[in-house]
Amino acid sequence: MASRICVFLLTVIVSGGLNSITALAAGGDTMPAQTVDAESQKQMIQQEPVIQPAIKRREVSEAQIDTENFEIGMYAGLLSIEDFGTKPVYGTRLAYHITEDLFFEGTLGLSKAGETSQESIGNTVLFVDRKFSYYTMALGYNLLPGETFIGRNHAFNTALYVIAGVGSSKIASESHFTAMFGAGYRFILTDWLAIHATVRDHIYTLDVTGIQKKNNSIEMSLGATYFF
Amino acid sequence: MQRLLLSVLVSLWVGWVSAAEVERNFVQVADPYIEMHTGPGRGYPVFYVINRDDWAEILYRQTDWFKVRTDAGIEGWVSRAEMQQTLSPDGQHVDIKEASRDDFIARKWDMGLFTGDFGGGYSIGTFGGYHMTENISIEASFAQILGNVSNSYMLAFNLVEEPFPEWVISPSFSLGTGRIKTTPRSTLTQTKDGTDNFSFYGIGARMHLSHRFFLRLDYNNYVVFTSRNNNEEVREWRAGFAFFF
Repeated sequence: MASRICVFLLTVIVSGGLNSITALAAGGDTMPAQTVDAESQKQMIQQEPVIQPAIKRREVSEAQIDTENFEIGMYAGLLSIEDFGTKPVYGTRLAYHITEDLFFEGTLGLSKAGETSQESIGNTVLFVDRKFSYYTMALGYNLLPGETFIGRNHAFNTALYVIAGVGSSKIASESHFTAMFGAGYRFILTDWLAIHATVRDHIYTLDVTGIQKKNNSIEMSLGATYFF
Repeated sequence: MQRLLLSVLVSLWVGWVSAAEVERNFVQVADPYIEMHTGPGRGYPVFYVINRDDWAEILYRQTDWFKVRTDAGIEGWVSRAEMQQTLSPDGQHVDIKEASRDDFIARKWDMGLFTGDFGGGYSIGTFGGYHMTENISIEASFAQILGNVSNSYMLAFNLVEEPFPEWVISPSFSLGTGRIKTTPRSTLTQTKDGTDNFSFYGIGARMHLSHRFFLRLDYNNYVVFTSRNNNEEVREWRAGFAFFF
């Protein structure tokens, strides 16, 4: 066993030595070859222009450009639900800007219906589920785009927009067709962050108070959105 | 384990950053100058001009406006019309065209919102379509129907045929099927409840407005396969506002 290992080691050493000898012998031949390479490289460098344009020669196409047409955000405010008092409202909005003027906007809002005067005076309960929720799908128009100046050195892009749409309002576990219209002020802090202040009216027909009538629920909110 | 996770995250981030850097687009001004606005809209003031032969980098776009950065590091918004007067590094005019009627006819995807009257109730919904050819498309829509006696949710799939897409008002014919879930209004008891299948046919019209918008008007006739003895027929009108891409 030991002799076998000896033979193996010996062959490794011998072959290693042979390799180094051949490498040394070949070294004499490679030297001139390397100098030829260097000379041809010099020639090539002289032929090419000294300054290489930093910009790659290629087409610019629309598909390569990142678009920032979506806006997503949250808002909070007060919702004056007709007959049910004024309560805080929280919501989320998603908008898609189709042109510089027009945009689609979807909102989803949650609030709580307070007590009607009938309930508080008569000490009765009209319905148990007091959750109020709505969604709207609307089209907005940037009516007054422009700048707002804060102090001498700061100018911010802003837009006053009008918005109208349809949706559904859910009160007392029932959904009602809702028409919505309103106005908003978009204060653009940076290209990716905007502050919104909005006033909206949600109009729907309700019969939970005993008579069927049109209700107006006015909402005022403040929110922030992120462009992506 | 945490280190491994960290190194994976770092390498992903580096990969993402380097991938993002590959997509840099430079353009050269070919007009005497182009105007830079402070915001993406004609209502925002011009605050700088880029001179002929100067280079600018396109950073991103919002609707028809392009955020660019000059060699001097000044950033602003340039309109599509002005952007078309720049040259890409290969010397060609930058290929940024406005969506036209031809693009509308050859559209692949479209989506939008609609509202209308569904058998006396209001319907509100959203739809999306994929065009296999200029004439044939498949469509999916989801709607909420808010009626006086009941509320419903409706999911529908249909095949649309547009025989004359080049007409200003292009007629459409559709055939589809779907499911409707109806819940009675709690104040009333004598109403039907449950989930039913339906099939429908419809006729409609589509009209290109401008840019990427179009209007659509549809009339659909539904046959709802109820669990009762008689099937129910419902007529629906809907008007929609949509865009294509």
